[in-house]
Amino acid sequence: MVWAGELMGNTLISLWRVIVGFALAAVTGVMLGIIIGWWRNARDLIEPVIEILRPIPPLAWIPLAMLWFGLGFKPAVFLIWLGAFFPIVLNTVLGMENTPRKLTEVARTLGAGPWQVLFKVGVPSAAPSIMAGLRIGIGIGWMCLVAAELTGSNSGLGYMIMYYYSTMEASKTVAGMLMIGIVGFLMFIGLKKLEDKILFWKAA
Amino acid sequence: MSVQKLVIESVTKTFLEKKGGKTTVALRDFNLAIANGEFVCIVGPSGCGKTTLLKLVAGLEQASSGSICLDGKPVTAPGPERGLVFQDFALFPWRDVTGNVAFGPEVLKVPPADRLRTARRCIDMVGLTGSGHKYPSELSGGMQQRVAIARALANNPEVLLMDEPFGSLDAQTRSQLQNELLRIWQENKKAVVFVTHSVEEAVYLSNRVVVMTGSPGTVKQIYNVVLPYPRSRADGGFVSLREEIAGCMAEECR
Repeated sequence: MVWAGELMGNTLISLWRVIVGFALAAVTGVMLGIIIGWWRNARDLIEPVIEILRPIPPLAWIPLAMLWFGLGFKPAVFLIWLGAFFPIVLNTVLGMENTPRKLTEVARTLGAGPWQVLFKVGVPSAAPSIMAGLRIGIGIGWMCLVAAELTGSNSGLGYMIMYYYSTMEASKTVAGMLMIGIVGFLMFIGLKKLEDKILFWKAA
Repeated sequence: MSVQKLVIESVTKTFLEKKGGKTTVALRDFNLAIANGEFVCIVGPSGCGKTTLLKLVAGLEQASSGSICLDGKPVTAPGPERGLVFQDFALFPWRDVTGNVAFGPEVLKVPPADRLRTARRCIDMVGLTGSGHKYPSELSGGMQQRVAIARALANNPEVLLMDEPFGSLDAQTRSQLQNELLRIWQENKKAVVFVTHSVEEAVYLSNRVVVMTGSPGTVKQIYNVVLPYPRSRADGGFVSLREEIAGCMAEECR
């Protein structure tokens, strides 16, 4: 029972880190993606920076994350944010850029101003792409979480896996791995459900 | 005919080509005045600038020179007094029929109850009563175009601009929608500028047919269609006028 409690406790710790990191990535990534994808000037300004930072694997940030944020919650959240951020930004940009020109034109002839065109046409039109970015982002978020906990933490599922590796308790290591798989899968399903709800108009 | 509604005066439109920096002249010295409540069709060879002309009137593009005035006021930007209907409908797929039709009143900040009433009236007008909750993906092409027409009408525009609106529909749906458009036009008495490549459609629908030259486009000839509505495509006057206009257009296609 102690073991079950430990497993659940570490699962909740990890889950909370992923939720916070992913939520931050979703908010910042979608916002920045909308800006870059909609205004040409913003893209010319910001995209080079993103394209330089993007190829750096999140794992390469672990030392800096630990220097900046110490151990535990904060560096893990930072790495999850970092990992999820780029796919979310890039997919949002893609969706915004692919807003059919006919739709923005027809909105303007119906009297929509620039902000109305952005929020009533651009964003809903980009929604499928944004959702795809979120789904990719959450997967990468879990990967980064485990990486962060393997080194920069003394709690969470990643830490637990590593800990029972050092005590040669392979079954508990595997249990931790399975838990990551299950929770990740459940979050993915949840997001898919949300997606179906938001994008119901795409069906048929 | 009553007062001039829409006056297009010596409009020229040139585009800068993406590569090479050359300019293309899409429209050259185009002149046309459209009266209140008049139905005008514009026909011409493809690439003659028909669509460019509509976009200029809609305010989506700016003329390089010349002027376009609606009720004496120059057109500089898109506005709800000029409704536009595209060939490929351009409905918002994430909005149901009511949501699409109510888009104009919504962005113009009409109170919700009023915009719903307007949407329902326009949906009824195009014969889609009871389909307000359906989504564009659930509708046939003909029904989608009805929605697009209702959406343009919901702002109660002064001029309805239509860019080959029935071009992608099958023959039967097409003729059905032509009749419905005529009925709506006769009920509302708005001016209509209707671009088509079908001479028959032009003669069937309009008060005047404007034939354009090939690129760069300008007015080649204007025909008055004095046949009474409803028109018969088999009528002798109809057939001879159609042939005359088709001949005029054929000269441009060589």
